[in-house]
Amino acid sequence: MSLLARPIAELARGLRSRDFSSVELLESALAEVAREDGELGAFLRTTAGPALVQAQRADRLLSDDPASASPLLGIPVAYKDVLCTKGVETTAGSRILEGFIPPFSATAVERMEAAGAVSLGKLNCDEFAMGSSNENSAFQATRNPWAADRVPGGSSGGSAVAVAARLVSATLGTDTGGSIRLPASFCGVVGVKPSYGRVSRYGLIAFASSLDQIGPLTKTVEDAALVMQVIAGVDPRDSTSSPAPSGDLLGALKSGVAGLRVGIPKEYLAMAIEAGVRGVFDQSATLLAAAGAQLVDVSLPSTEYALAAYYVIAPAEVSSNLARMDGVRFGPGFGTAANLMEAYERARHIGFGPEVRRRIALGTYVLSSGYYDAYYLRAQKVRTLVAKDFERVFKEVDCVISPTAPTTAFRMGERVADPLAMYATDLLTLPANLAGVSGISVPAGFADGLPVGLQVLGPYMGEATCFRVAAAVEEMAQVWQIRPGTKGVPEAAG
Amino acid sequence: MATEDTNTSDTRGIELPQVARLSRLARLGLSPEELERLGVQLAAIVSAVGKLAEADTDHVDPTAQVGGLTNVLRHDVVVDGLSQEDALANAASKEAGLLRVPAIQ
Repeated sequence: MSLLARPIAELARGLRSRDFSSVELLESALAEVAREDGELGAFLRTTAGPALVQAQRADRLLSDDPASASPLLGIPVAYKDVLCTKGVETTAGSRILEGFIPPFSATAVERMEAAGAVSLGKLNCDEFAMGSSNENSAFQATRNPWAADRVPGGSSGGSAVAVAARLVSATLGTDTGGSIRLPASFCGVVGVKPSYGRVSRYGLIAFASSLDQIGPLTKTVEDAALVMQVIAGVDPRDSTSSPAPSGDLLGALKSGVAGLRVGIPKEYLAMAIEAGVRGVFDQSATLLAAAGAQLVDVSLPSTEYALAAYYVIAPAEVSSNLARMDGVRFGPGFGTAANLMEAYERARHIGFGPEVRRRIALGTYVLSSGYYDAYYLRAQKVRTLVAKDFERVFKEVDCVISPTAPTTAFRMGERVADPLAMYATDLLTLPANLAGVSGISVPAGFADGLPVGLQVLGPYMGEATCFRVAAAVEEMAQVWQIRPGTKGVPEAAG
Repeated sequence: MATEDTNTSDTRGIELPQVARLSRLARLGLSPEELERLGVQLAAIVSAVGKLAEADTDHVDPTAQVGGLTNVLRHDVVVDGLSQEDALANAASKEAGLLRVPAIQ
């Protein structure tokens, strides 16, 4: 079995006891990528050369001072292609950024590098992170490792697949309406949506700045905590990053759930949730109760307006954020346009795919004179209602749980022609982004051989509670070790 | 959220000239066929987000950001930004250390 099947802490021990070197670990990871990724399509580009330099440096540091080294030193990782990586092409899955070589790295990437993580390259995603299936990438399809005809979820699809297929130990993704948690659920990995401001967005190519957060995707909850410890924290280069202390995430893993009040939002469970997904959820709730958690029915009444508010606010921010994509300072350029207007239109017409055009147009519409009050302003007020729902509920309970998504991974092509059906994929995840609260998706079981994630939402800056519950679910469900292609995957939940 | 609106979309909400205006405002450069298709999709989406009208938002303040941080300032100390060379490195068209673009008219 590949070394990459082991959790990060075990790899860190192996590196320190010289069972294998970081260079050997990298070679093992690159071999897995070469063997598997032709079909999966998780990576847009690999960076074997720089990775070897990083791994050799890690091996030197491990022999010099193994005790004080970060647990991520020498560990193979990769980054979603919306995160700027100095000197390494970064496209955000869009033609308009083809060939863009960032002159700086995102803070989250810098912190991973400072900890000694070894990056294998950049991962496929929906164009500018807009999508729920990875089918909006301008460059390639990414397949679900559990079923090649199904989507990995999006928009951090490549980030989820690279971990699920054991190509790397951890990846960074981004979550604006569910883009980490959804693919984590569809691919059977852990995905963290930190509280808004927990992780610096500096160097993240913006989608919707008031909703975007960077977070880890990993095999285990502990692995996710190890990555969070490295990337979280205030950054002078992002004025929305928070100085709030992160709490002891690793300590939280051992706390158990006895006495914890766990809310179950009735509006979430009233949605059209697939029977198999519901079965896994009910089983997880039963296990939590058996472990001493107190299950409490709660209400988040503004949930019914959350999707509408999201699809006004996010596109509005898109229309202004993506105005900078004009072909002038970066991108493939505009050829021989007669005037500046034609130059902009040519660059953006060639550069943007259908979903990005749709959201820019929608955002332009809801911000335009005469429509602003009815759509944008009203959506911002509904956002207040959604946030207040969570504030109230988190006075009653310590966290809330739900399925991460209403379904398991759907078939490729199934929702492409119907934007609204695609948008509905994020019904259970996007309220957390509107409210800015913390969240995690943890593998909880299988339905018809496909992974099902459990979502745990915690208060603003309350990641520790999410990790505590997720660790308990992980231990009780005993599914994280099951990897794609393994025999004995349960046919149905239960 | 109902999704049946998709197939029973009402294009009366967004007329073609209006879609063309959005395309021009946002510099999307869409063809007539693309405008038509987008108009139908936008009408369906706008109709769906019209759900917002049902929410009771009287006496509710809008939320623009959820972090709650205000007046985030730093000391007024000069720090190095991008060099001119780095800032221009990705430009498709440049001349004498400047970006080169076609004339406005």
